[in-house]
Amino acid sequence: MSDPSRRTLPRAQIARRRLTAAAGWSLAAAAFGILALAMIHILGLTFVRGLAALGPRILTRNTEGTGGGLHNAIVGTFALSLGALLLVAPLGVTVGIYLSEFGHGRFAALVRFLSDVLVGVPSIVLGYFGYITLVLKFGWRFSLAAGAVTLAILMLPYVVRTTEQALRRVPVALREAAYALGGNDRQVVLRILLRAAAPGVLTGLLLALTLATGETAPLLYTAGWSNYVWSGRLIHQPVAYLTYVIWSFIGEPFRSAHRLAYAAAFLIVIFILLINGVTRFALARFFGESR
Amino acid sequence: MRRLTATAAATVPLILAVITGFLVFYAARAIRFNGLAFFTTNGWSIGNQYANPIHVHGILAMPGMHFGIVFLLVGTLASAFLALLFAFALGIGATLFLTEIVPTRLTRPLSTFVELLAAIPSVVYGLWGIVFLAPFLARHVYPLVARLGEAVPFLARPIGAGYGLLTSALILTLMIVPFITAILRDALLAVGPELREAAISLGATRFEVATRVLLRGQGRTLIGAGILALGRALGETMAVLMVSGNALNTLPERIYSPISTMAAFIAAQLDSALGDQTGLAVRSLAEIALVLLAISILTNILSRLLLRTSPPLRV
Repeated sequence: MSDPSRRTLPRAQIARRRLTAAAGWSLAAAAFGILALAMIHILGLTFVRGLAALGPRILTRNTEGTGGGLHNAIVGTFALSLGALLLVAPLGVTVGIYLSEFGHGRFAALVRFLSDVLVGVPSIVLGYFGYITLVLKFGWRFSLAAGAVTLAILMLPYVVRTTEQALRRVPVALREAAYALGGNDRQVVLRILLRAAAPGVLTGLLLALTLATGETAPLLYTAGWSNYVWSGRLIHQPVAYLTYVIWSFIGEPFRSAHRLAYAAAFLIVIFILLINGVTRFALARFFGESR
Repeated sequence: MRRLTATAAATVPLILAVITGFLVFYAARAIRFNGLAFFTTNGWSIGNQYANPIHVHGILAMPGMHFGIVFLLVGTLASAFLALLFAFALGIGATLFLTEIVPTRLTRPLSTFVELLAAIPSVVYGLWGIVFLAPFLARHVYPLVARLGEAVPFLARPIGAGYGLLTSALILTLMIVPFITAILRDALLAVGPELREAAISLGATRFEVATRVLLRGQGRTLIGAGILALGRALGETMAVLMVSGNALNTLPERIYSPISTMAAFIAAQLDSALGDQTGLAVRSLAEIALVLLAISILTNILSRLLLRTSPPLRV
């Protein structure tokens, strides 16, 4: 057929392949463009409307019906997520230590796998579980304790995994040196490894905190809602929180309600972005890598 | 130390067991009452709450009470699979663009920016959907889609107000696309330069290298990432609750029709279910939660088998 010494392709074929490539890359660029644009638009809308709605009175007043301020919700969001963090931090870090330092067998593999499963459990399922156990069975009713415990379950696998990863990044030589100096497990883990891995562990805890502040579904039927500032009671008193304002108030037909929803969304998003930025920066500093 | 930390680690299996156990225990009466009809019939009704309670199979119920969730299964599966389809298209395209075209120095920062989509809370997506996306689509995009797809009954008018299946799927797409981009990007960056060099030296264009050489080896990774993303889409609550139109007992006739999903339905219906004096409605919601739990465990096992690594965490 064709002369083997002439190894050029037909011109039409070259043109067709170039055209396919150009079309394909245009589509790929468009795909990236759509995602980036959506991201920018979401942030832009939240910032523009949120900042316009924000004022000193919104921060200092409580919600009154569909108006007022967000003071009670801000306090409630902090109480709920910090409470959950206090519950989950000791447990999650301990499990992370186990998986990184002692977990080589089947049991550890199972824990790792189930922890991944727990990440994937829909948050509304956790919320419903919290409702039938904590709220109904234990009789805590809508309360800070019920909301915080539910959030803690949601955060647990994140803390476990980030702690394990942070500890694994600590060089083996450090462990060897610590054991060679006669340290026992307890001393090596608590005094040497945790100290070396502290930035990574803290990062994980902070990311889990941002997760908790942005959640709504697990709180709907555990924390409830209240127009008043949380008074410090752990049970039998419902708590206000910011994400509830976003979900519930944007559906109201009043401008005052919408303003509160925008302001709440702005506060949540700016908090999450700040923590994300800080932790990424910290990670890059401490581990010399950009994530 | 070893024993103490191992004991702490046991809480993870324990928590999952307790969640499953409590849901099964609580839903038991509803499971017996509903039987298989729960999955095969359509219609959710708490019956006539003013009538005298009756006994059905020895269970106290109200006349006319029936719990069939076909409309929820259809809404959940349709929105999630549609979202997965869009997410594959956008995710693969964007990742190829970021790893093969954009200068290497910009690859990480730009991917991080796109993956920030996963850090935005569900309820903020819902807000964005209500304030911008649903009205925007109903006004500018859906009329176009309807005109182009006039012959296809599923795409034809009426388009409604923008709250429904397609809008839910599009929001879900943005929420799950980071799973695909993150996993695929890491897999592509891990491919050594030899493959690319070999393909280019054979005269392939860069696009052919990307689609026929690089992507070809990623089938398993893509399916694993896809199942993981699907699992998240199936269980997503707040955003869907806010833009789905919250259909009750109706099946979607077109792509714009209101739907509801299992997760959104649990969040939306608890108040009304609490009005049921027999408690069967609340317990049937627990049965839905149990189905969601089973789905999430199943998708995790599948993606784990395919990916052989842990899924990326949010953020």
